[in-house]
Amino acid sequence: MNITGVTAQCTEIAMSVAAAPLLLGWVNQCRAWLQNRRGPGLLQPYRQLRKLFHKDAVLAANASPLFRLVPYVEFASMGLAAAIIPSLWTGLPFGAAADTIALVGLFATARLFLALAAMDIGTAFGSLGARREMLVGFLAEPALLMVFFTTSLIANSTSLPTIADSFARHPLALYPSLAFAGVAFLMVLLAENARIPVDNPATHLELTMIHEAMVLEYSARHLALIEWSAALKLFNYACIGLALFLPWGLAQGPADPGGLLIALPATAFKLLLVGAGLALIETLNAKMRLFRAPEFLATAFLLAVLGLLVHLLLGS
Amino acid sequence: MELVTAPLPGAAPARHALVDAAGLRAVCAAAHVADGQLQTLWASDERDRVGGFCLWVALADAQGLLLLQLPLPAEQPRYPDLTDIFPAAARLQRAAYDLTGVRAEKSDPRPWLRHGAWPTQTFPLRRDTHGPAPTDEEESYPFVRVTGDGVHEIAVGPVHAGIIEPGHFRFSVVGEKVLRLEERLGYVHKGIEKRFESLPALQGQRLAARVSGDSAVAFSWAYCMALEALCDATPPARALWLRALSLERERLANHLGDLGALGNDAGFGVGLAQFSRLKEDLLRANARALGARYLLDAVVPGGVAFDLEDAARRLLLETLPPLETEVGTLRDIYADHAGLQDRFLGAGRITPALAAQLGLTGLAGRASGQPHDLRCDHPAAPYDQLQVHRITHSDGDVAARVAVRFGETLESLRLCRVILENLPPGAVHAPLPPAAHGRPGLGWVEGWRGPVLVALETTDGGGIRRCHPHDPSWQNWPALEHAVIGNIVPDFPLINKSFNLSYSGHDL
Repeated sequence: MNITGVTAQCTEIAMSVAAAPLLLGWVNQCRAWLQNRRGPGLLQPYRQLRKLFHKDAVLAANASPLFRLVPYVEFASMGLAAAIIPSLWTGLPFGAAADTIALVGLFATARLFLALAAMDIGTAFGSLGARREMLVGFLAEPALLMVFFTTSLIANSTSLPTIADSFARHPLALYPSLAFAGVAFLMVLLAENARIPVDNPATHLELTMIHEAMVLEYSARHLALIEWSAALKLFNYACIGLALFLPWGLAQGPADPGGLLIALPATAFKLLLVGAGLALIETLNAKMRLFRAPEFLATAFLLAVLGLLVHLLLGS
Repeated sequence: MELVTAPLPGAAPARHALVDAAGLRAVCAAAHVADGQLQTLWASDERDRVGGFCLWVALADAQGLLLLQLPLPAEQPRYPDLTDIFPAAARLQRAAYDLTGVRAEKSDPRPWLRHGAWPTQTFPLRRDTHGPAPTDEEESYPFVRVTGDGVHEIAVGPVHAGIIEPGHFRFSVVGEKVLRLEERLGYVHKGIEKRFESLPALQGQRLAARVSGDSAVAFSWAYCMALEALCDATPPARALWLRALSLERERLANHLGDLGALGNDAGFGVGLAQFSRLKEDLLRANARALGARYLLDAVVPGGVAFDLEDAARRLLLETLPPLETEVGTLRDIYADHAGLQDRFLGAGRITPALAAQLGLTGLAGRASGQPHDLRCDHPAAPYDQLQVHRITHSDGDVAARVAVRFGETLESLRLCRVILENLPPGAVHAPLPPAAHGRPGLGWVEGWRGPVLVALETTDGGGIRRCHPHDPSWQNWPALEHAVIGNIVPDFPLINKSFNLSYSGHDL
């Protein structure tokens, strides 16, 4: 590990953390445009964060230390995930520290802590949200693992940077199995990030919420961190998707600042497209009945397994 | 048993009859068998006049309104419970006790509107009560407990995550499935009925319009109809037509808003954006042509407070065809959207049989096969010349209530066009002669939510002796408890929105 590598690593984490609310703002802006509304502007998530950081936190009288700790755990997990995911460079020093399976575990840890915090206060909504979140989570995780297995088999590695590197080197190779895996991943992304059709991030109806119901008791800086982590989670998922299915333009080989010249605009452009696509999906669909979510995620799992089978049986 | 009825004058077809306790139950039972519904029930303090209390029960039957009056003694005023005949009577009876101390025998003893805000033995609507004595008495309100393996309760409200009115909903659930819902309302009790008694009769319509802001025209028209019945006066034809125009535009604004909100509650934001735009256009046209976005003070005793210039009339006519086209397009989009229909179909179903048993009324009733619409059944002028098409559905689910809203929106647009094209000339207001006192006047108007009834009695000095405004939400709130049984918790907001009942109009 040299000084350039460390700088590159820090740059990538800083970029992810700083740009995550922007991606969310872009998705919301696109959604507003698609609905013939003007929208609050790209910077609205930042304004929201600033507002929350300036407020005084209100804690329930029976909140345990865990409840205070969780926002930091969430933020740290998502920051760590951002360090592992190759969003600009594939040759980052941290990339070798954890593979895709560890990444799934990291997301699961974050989910577990948030669910614990949701039940900590003992309100009906917290438990309701935690229960639903676990329902979605335990179905989404296997599908995500299957997607990773398919790509790992093709690239002969479970390390995300290596997979991305391998795919980026063969820009013209077509893998039918990846098409299945890609659709499955998109479905997991929607479910894991509380987007329509699984959850509605914009709703005020507490009885229908999944993610929002878990964080109803949070306020001020705690809520800001939770919201920032949620934005970072979406950003991370988008970057995983790009690394697996559209890795072209990533700076390859040992991390050096020169790679940024191409990687930064390429990643920004791809994220623009991802955001617009996400907004389109959310505009065209209504929210599913809660008990359709298992069917939705079972479909994702099935597609991911199909991708795996296609690869194993046909070798493509 | 022979019931002696006397017709009550006024635009609402109404009869009045004095009954005794046994007669009250007999008449109610007979009315129930003949498909009549309980319209409303209230009590009044008549100790200054006849030395006791009175219970008033308004039934709707094929001939119109039947108003039953049951005199009660000053000490221990008790009357027979009506909930076995009309389930909708339960909360009306509890409210009547909280306000006047007149109690139904063997009925639910829990308070309904009181909420510990005034002492137990204080009854605000008695004439010797002046301003409720505040109390910080902690009130216990036992909810019905459901027990069993895995059953737990979810308590929602009265403070909600969104900006809506306060109401408490106690769900007993297993997992996500709702076993039972118990509502608790009354959080926005403002003492409207008591306030009426300090107003001159000629200004009461302003307060009536504010009973439930979304039904301002319906309530103020019903109030004015009741007062005009007491004055034995009929407003000029042009005024009545303009009242109908206002009422239909109020219906349009509410239906457009609800259709958008229903889409939004199912996670379909496009619906909200589009319908909000249409509603806003409608309100702006109201502001330009009628002088106000929401027509709070449009209807006044003896006529209306505005006139429609010919330019404004043409402006309103021009806005109708594009609105009709857009509503039609959105109806197709809603109908073709698989995700939306999956949420709407089968959710919150009330079968026609259950609806008849519960006395479901108004829009929600029409979506459950109860074909009551005052504009068709007992058309008061000018509806007798408009031939309103009744919109009904028999499925009784959210989709049916959406379909009825779409149908009524298009029908209201047609009515607006007919009214604007055939608006009679003449005055829009005529002064009223003095009101008769010693008898009740009734106003009965089909608001967007259902039939709105106002019962009014004046004093000889031109004041209000007793005014009882009734919102159809009284009948439909208990039905909502039945609609959610067997549904899952996250579908409740959508089901609730498909009824969109009033808190303010109910809590008074």
